[in-house]
Amino acid sequence: MSIKSVDERRLREVALTPDEYRAILEQLKRAPNEVELGMLGVLWSEHCSYKSSKALLRRLPSSGPGVVQGPGENAGAVEIGDGWAAVFKVESHNHPSAIEPYQGAATGVGGIIRDVIAMGARPIALLNSLRFGPMPASSRHFEGVVAGIGGYGNCIGIPTVGGEVYFEECYANNPLVNAMCVGLVRTDQLMRARAEGTGNSLVLVGADTGRDGIHGASFASLELDERSSERRPAVQVGNPFLEKCLLEACMDLSHTDAVIAIQDLGAAGLTSAVAECAGRVDGAGARIDVARVPRRERGMTPYDVMLSESQERMLVVVQRGREREVESIFEAWDLTSAAIGEVTGDGLLTVFDGRDEVARLPVKLLTDGAPMRRLVGFAPEPPYGLDVDALPPPADPGASLLRLLASPNLTSRRGLFRRYDHMVGDSTVIAPGGDAAMLRVKGTRLGLAMTTDCNARYCHLDPHLGAQLAVAEAARNIVATGARPLAVTDCLNFANPDRPEVYWELEEAVAGLAHACRLLDLPVVSGNVSLYNDSNGESAIYPTPVIGMVGVIDDYEKRLGAGLRVEGDFVLMIGSTHNDLGGSEYLKVEHGHVAGRPPALDLTREKAVHRLILAAAQSGYLHSAHDCAEGGMLVGLAECCLLGGIGVRCPAVRPEPPLRLDAAFFAESPSRFIVSAASRAMPEMQSLARRHNVELSLLGLAGGDSIEFEGQLKVSLAELRAAWESMVAV
Amino acid sequence: MESAVKFGVVVFPGTWSDRDCGWVIDQVLGQELTYLWHKDADLKGCDCIILPGGFAYGDYLRTGAIARFAPVMEKVGEFADRGGLVWGICNGFQVLCEAGLLPGALIRNASLEFRCEWTNLAVERTDLAFTSQCEEREVLRVPIAHGEGSYFADPATLSHLEQRGQVVFRYCDANGRVVPNANPNGSLHNIAGIVNARGNVLGMMPHPERCSEAELGGTDGLKLFRSVAESAMKVLVS
Repeated sequence: MSIKSVDERRLREVALTPDEYRAILEQLKRAPNEVELGMLGVLWSEHCSYKSSKALLRRLPSSGPGVVQGPGENAGAVEIGDGWAAVFKVESHNHPSAIEPYQGAATGVGGIIRDVIAMGARPIALLNSLRFGPMPASSRHFEGVVAGIGGYGNCIGIPTVGGEVYFEECYANNPLVNAMCVGLVRTDQLMRARAEGTGNSLVLVGADTGRDGIHGASFASLELDERSSERRPAVQVGNPFLEKCLLEACMDLSHTDAVIAIQDLGAAGLTSAVAECAGRVDGAGARIDVARVPRRERGMTPYDVMLSESQERMLVVVQRGREREVESIFEAWDLTSAAIGEVTGDGLLTVFDGRDEVARLPVKLLTDGAPMRRLVGFAPEPPYGLDVDALPPPADPGASLLRLLASPNLTSRRGLFRRYDHMVGDSTVIAPGGDAAMLRVKGTRLGLAMTTDCNARYCHLDPHLGAQLAVAEAARNIVATGARPLAVTDCLNFANPDRPEVYWELEEAVAGLAHACRLLDLPVVSGNVSLYNDSNGESAIYPTPVIGMVGVIDDYEKRLGAGLRVEGDFVLMIGSTHNDLGGSEYLKVEHGHVAGRPPALDLTREKAVHRLILAAAQSGYLHSAHDCAEGGMLVGLAECCLLGGIGVRCPAVRPEPPLRLDAAFFAESPSRFIVSAASRAMPEMQSLARRHNVELSLLGLAGGDSIEFEGQLKVSLAELRAAWESMVAV
Repeated sequence: MESAVKFGVVVFPGTWSDRDCGWVIDQVLGQELTYLWHKDADLKGCDCIILPGGFAYGDYLRTGAIARFAPVMEKVGEFADRGGLVWGICNGFQVLCEAGLLPGALIRNASLEFRCEWTNLAVERTDLAFTSQCEEREVLRVPIAHGEGSYFADPATLSHLEQRGQVVFRYCDANGRVVPNANPNGSLHNIAGIVNARGNVLGMMPHPERCSEAELGGTDGLKLFRSVAESAMKVLVS
């Protein structure tokens, strides 16, 4: 047998390399037939097999005292108290969104919701992380994606409570669309998608199967090129109403103990769902009959059925003989369900079309057979250095502040969040627009904080440090609400890893991620990798390791918002400021550079600052807290004022050398918060700061309707608001 | 509690405010709660029927267009004809218009975008079972969340509504002034909610169930639930 038994065009179609085909021949000891080749092609795609990144991902810490489910399942889960677990995951839908923005984004949301449902959890919140090229050139992507996210989330009735969006040239051809879903489940009702029990039934439920999305997973594992729009059939179409019915029906399944497992049908459709479910149980296999799969159109071949990525479908493993109980639950929601096969003990995935056997492959060959790719990384030329001394001092800090607030990366996202229903569920106790969002857990005092973060510019300048800064910032956003960071889900968006400089970025970012998560005690419980975010072999994206994080506060009545609340409060800076202008928004907006080293990060100090803020929040000393990040102290302070509708009066800033004045205002030194507290709480705050060995300095007093630094700048809130809310009426 | 008012919350498959309304009725207000499944032509003896927010059957065709044919809606119509309290919120308002229980229609927002944000409502009727706990011309702060909430009616219907005082809520600014800037969706006459001539069927786009607890940002919505509870209680007692 040789490679000659299949032509190369066919291999390209299923996105397998000749080497991979040889590996199939060796392991299978025969040539795969057409259906088998298609099945192997999708499961061995980068998207499903993680063949370029798996070795790196093992470096991430994934266990910890609160972890009830780490990576390897549909989503991760951590305990949050009172018998509840938070289930969450972030996933990319970049390639489909580049081609067909509305449906790409919508089905990205639909897919991540099903991952959470499969764990037996009720989805309670959605977040996203988006990257586009500059506006208005990228408005087709932007408009379509925002409408798609809203179209799906608003209809299904799960609030979209958080997210981030950045505009950079490098995303013009490769927009990033990452969606995160958070759900709640009683810890003793957490489900796992394991095909246990020989003879148990495999029931397919939800949408009929059509020809949409065939080869979607393979498509997601290639670079985009001028022929990519021909791949539009590889993009699926979403039906949020159907998913709403599927969601409620799956929640009703918890009323019966007849259900062994639920598995989402996502990338690689039925092939992946059955193989993964069986693959999680040693020795398990499955026998299915594609003739029993309800179809949307005539003339579909077994190949089409096995590879279809039609949305809104779930595979349910049901105890033998109790199929009727489960069917009747689906019938109540007018959902079609069909028993399509059963669990076996032979370790094989056998596919029949009626009586004819059309495929027979070892489950392990499908799930773990793909040869891991050994890629080489080497560091590219370091990006431009930054000669801070060559920068002129800020001529007019007030004018700089206005320009920064109007910068597309810093403007208020209110115009976006009001297009998403962020209130449905009656649980949103911190609405989007501040640091992290927070949802109460009804029936308890618990508040669940959640955020997505990544400053990809930092990662571009230094992927190792950039990834650490992303973790630290996500944690700060959680801490700013008064909640304790618990765990991480990550979405690693990178360019083509076959290019050594890209693989180096991936290696460095994963190492940075692992380091920061370890030091901050944050297990990575789920995640996703999206590679090949380039076009035509060039215009690679910045390395963008998006961090999704959840945290918990024991009593949500003690939560903190970002906005100033009380006139006369002391406004304080917690943490210290250095000449960290590298990679800053100030440098880009005011001097036109993306250069230098990102701000230095000391994770031990970071942790100390978190402890201080949490202790102060717990004791009720604080009226507000805000992470001080992009745009530096002055932008952070402006946000505190704008969110609270209260100004601030400050003495002139007189930085002690070597700290520069522009850095004092605009440097993005990490591990800092801007907080407000009543004057009577000051002694306690000072002693807390001493105890945690963290710098605390007085910025000014809350009050008035402008930001004023005596003799240096005075800008009215009205002017600030006009700049801040100038986000192009996109 | 024997004197508790029995609220019935209708559940279509695409409804999502059912549990939010249920939470307020049951957990915040301590009243009796029953969910009414769209396939069941049975109102189970409820005193007030709520048609909550959502996308009843997906609303891909036109909001509420299919829901009006649901088995439960036939009973809701009969109940309304007998003078029973029917309260449509958001999608429920759209369904009531489609079902002919209220005049006019809800069309796409003028912005052509979905809007989820806080609005101010001027209360124009306080003699209704739904608003008896409100002050005359009181301003309520209540959030909206809809893509098709722009109230529309032909000129004759509109002037009829105005003459008979059937406009219950109008979008206004924080000081109660009914101005164009305060109108989030392009509704004619800033209309946010209307009642039928008899005063027992209310439709409103804003979501009172989302502002019935302080931690959610306000409690003005609770006044409406309390009003219903009080008035239905009076009926029970009398």
